[in-house]
Amino acid sequence: MVKTKIGLIVNPVAGMGGKVGLKGSDGDDIYRRALELGAHPVSPGRTRKALEILSDIKEDVELYTYPFEMGEDEAISCGFTPVVFGAITPGATKPEDTTRAAKELVRRGVSLLLFTGGDGTARNIYDAVSDSFPVLGIPGGVKIHSGVYAASPVKAARLVIDFVRNNGKISLQTAEVMDIDEELIRQDKVSAKLYGFMKIPYERGLNQSSKAGSNPGEGVHQDEIASDIIHNMDKDVIYLVAPGTTTKTFMDKLGLKGTLLGIDAVRNQKIEATDMNEAGILDLMKREPDTRFKIIIAIIGRQGYLFGRGNQQLSADVIRQVGRENIIVVATENKILSLKGEPFLLDTGDEELDKELEGYIKVIIGFGKRQVYAVSA
Amino acid sequence: MKGIKLRNYHAAKYDEPIIMEMGVKGRRGIMVPPVHEEIAESAGDIKDLIPEKARRKTAPNLPEIDQYHTLMHFLRLSQMTLGMETGIDIGEGTCTMKYSPKVNEELVRSPKMADVHPLQPESTLQGILQITYELRNYLKAISGLDEFSMQTGGGAHATYINACITRKYHQDRGELEQRNEVITTQFTHPCNAATPATAGFKVIFLPHKNGYPDIDALNSVVSDRTAAIHMTNPEDTGIYNPRVKEFTKIVHDAGGLCFYDQANANGIMGIARAREAGFDACHFNLHKTFSSPHGCEGPAGGAYGCTEALAPYLPIPLVTRTNDHYHLDFDRPKSIGKVRSFFGNLEVVLRAYAWIRSMGPEGLKTAAEISVLNNQYLTHLLLQIDGITAPFAEGKPRFEQVRFSMEKLKDETGFGSHEIQDRMVDFGIQSYWLSHHPYVVPEPFTPEPCETYSKEDIEYWASVIEQACKEARETPEVIRKAPHNQAIHRIKDFEQAEDAKRWATTWRAYQRKRKNG
Repeated sequence: MVKTKIGLIVNPVAGMGGKVGLKGSDGDDIYRRALELGAHPVSPGRTRKALEILSDIKEDVELYTYPFEMGEDEAISCGFTPVVFGAITPGATKPEDTTRAAKELVRRGVSLLLFTGGDGTARNIYDAVSDSFPVLGIPGGVKIHSGVYAASPVKAARLVIDFVRNNGKISLQTAEVMDIDEELIRQDKVSAKLYGFMKIPYERGLNQSSKAGSNPGEGVHQDEIASDIIHNMDKDVIYLVAPGTTTKTFMDKLGLKGTLLGIDAVRNQKIEATDMNEAGILDLMKREPDTRFKIIIAIIGRQGYLFGRGNQQLSADVIRQVGRENIIVVATENKILSLKGEPFLLDTGDEELDKELEGYIKVIIGFGKRQVYAVSA
Repeated sequence: MKGIKLRNYHAAKYDEPIIMEMGVKGRRGIMVPPVHEEIAESAGDIKDLIPEKARRKTAPNLPEIDQYHTLMHFLRLSQMTLGMETGIDIGEGTCTMKYSPKVNEELVRSPKMADVHPLQPESTLQGILQITYELRNYLKAISGLDEFSMQTGGGAHATYINACITRKYHQDRGELEQRNEVITTQFTHPCNAATPATAGFKVIFLPHKNGYPDIDALNSVVSDRTAAIHMTNPEDTGIYNPRVKEFTKIVHDAGGLCFYDQANANGIMGIARAREAGFDACHFNLHKTFSSPHGCEGPAGGAYGCTEALAPYLPIPLVTRTNDHYHLDFDRPKSIGKVRSFFGNLEVVLRAYAWIRSMGPEGLKTAAEISVLNNQYLTHLLLQIDGITAPFAEGKPRFEQVRFSMEKLKDETGFGSHEIQDRMVDFGIQSYWLSHHPYVVPEPFTPEPCETYSKEDIEYWASVIEQACKEARETPEVIRKAPHNQAIHRIKDFEQAEDAKRWATTWRAYQRKRKNG
């Protein structure tokens, strides 16, 4: 049997700030402060946890990685004999090392890139591979918003085993890369931007049996949802379309070229404006005082945020003017199930508005199918 | 489990070819004698009996094979199969795989039943019409509802009938355009979402709160757009919703109808009724709760019942009675019309009737009680196995089934409910069923040890699961390569079943697609 080449990149400093209350570990000073506060690296342990399970299929896998704490150490300690590329300065790794490693391992022909870290790490990987290549994150960061991470190191390992056993022929799904400005978080201001999308193995276990057959992946569900929205679109209403893979399917289905990460406006199935910021949206509303506006919004990231993560252009002012009854929420069943019953979250920056939006909301999960789901401030 | 000896089992294995690959050109089964000349003359050419357009131009490409080898082929296939009566069929939760007494098969096969033709005059069908009518009376008593139709050919068919009746009911009141939403719950059988959707309704799923349907969520969506709620109780998880009466009241107050999916009523039969819970309609799967054989795509029956207010909408014909005469009533102007040819699956009706008669009212109640008791014992045994949990409603009783999870086992060993399923057939019992879609409970499996099964059966079944879970930890290769003692091993390339370019449900499709690579 030909061995499957799996790339492994560990961001050794990810997750260090969490236990000492630093909310992330980007930046040299923070890393130093974390060490001073007694923080220990988290991601090497998380990586080992996944590798211990992966060692079940050691014979079928060739592990390609970077030196020392960026993967080599973890791999050797779990009994792998990794092929090591590149060079780093141990104890002083930088985000650029992650990006460089990702580019190199992909060039060396790995079939899947496994990485440990947090949102910052996902961003660095994205810089290297964009959405062209299957990746999977082992959660090692402080607070993970990006959807490219498995729910736990164990679950990440299980997905890799599935991937290897099927010779890489498994469905992929698109997941978000979120960019958190840790400097702002430390000032208790969350600013999570949507940075892009990457492809990860599809976790079919959540959705249905592999034996049940006919598992078309997320695409078919997204297509159904998009059809539902189109079927129910009202004349002359301006739809503010927020980013997300499902909303992108909607735009594609209408043949419209929207922006990947921005807010686009659609009226009568035609583009009204693209990539609008808050001011742009408010300005449009001012110019169209008699027009009804609706928001089409997808659940973004691992934590199930409705507003306030990756779509801050839809500010409290905008949401208030549009009105709760004009918010159309879309999500695939898989996305909802991955939240394990935890409610959708809100962080519009306006506590009063968050309270007003609390309660239950109907989510479009398929053509003519709605799931009632709780929303919490 | 102490004292349980697992069988040293091995399935028959014949490496049997597909019948399309068998046969020899020119070989025949039975030689039909030539007819006498006079008969041939009076009957004319057989070709003239078939209209020109319906005649084949070329002979079908069928295997030419004699009767002896055909019989051998299918007997071998049957020996390579596990079934309800060769194993302990506890695993098929929500299906209520109870034993179907063979004496009832005698009744169905008796010429009095088998030779009845649906086009006979009504006056010569009085026996079977009487049985249908009396079964209606029994089901009325069991549900508390006012009228029953035996027309439907299965459970999902009955929920579809309910969706059609709901449509007609609101149409009559001039509210159909506005009332276009049907509500259901996450742990109700998915046909309760699919059939209203087919009938043109939007479907709204209620979430659950720790295993119970969320009543606040219901309050948040119920409105003048609500046409109906379709729900079951206990749900798929075996959890009983004690607030069911509040649910039906909320929907009624909003002007909607309430439908109770009682496909599987085995845990509450003779104990709780649809009427008292406030429902307008319900259905029973006669092939589950009422002992008609279930499975193999065999004939089913989804007896549909409703209140007097909805009875005018029932499908035609309805079996009625005046004095001592039974009728097929087609004159029902408000009816949703025909939903099936003739009068429904009457052999299923007859078996259910015979079974209810043999059980009596007390017997039905006892069957429900034993099925719940059996489930308590099985649950007790399974929850002692490391790696198995019963998510939601912790500490609360389950009724006739439980949706268990092997997520812990999967996290700890890499083997989940699929892999354990592949191993259990090595011990001579059918693999279990997992869950309806979606898998809200991760790595699910749903056993239902209905009243048929003895204490020893339950212990054997739990021991097989225990053994497989133990192997997952101690001898993973055994699980990885399972099954070992079965006629058929794992499907090599399952992905082809998901690939429209490669899958084939007919021999012709198989040849065409294989030819194309």
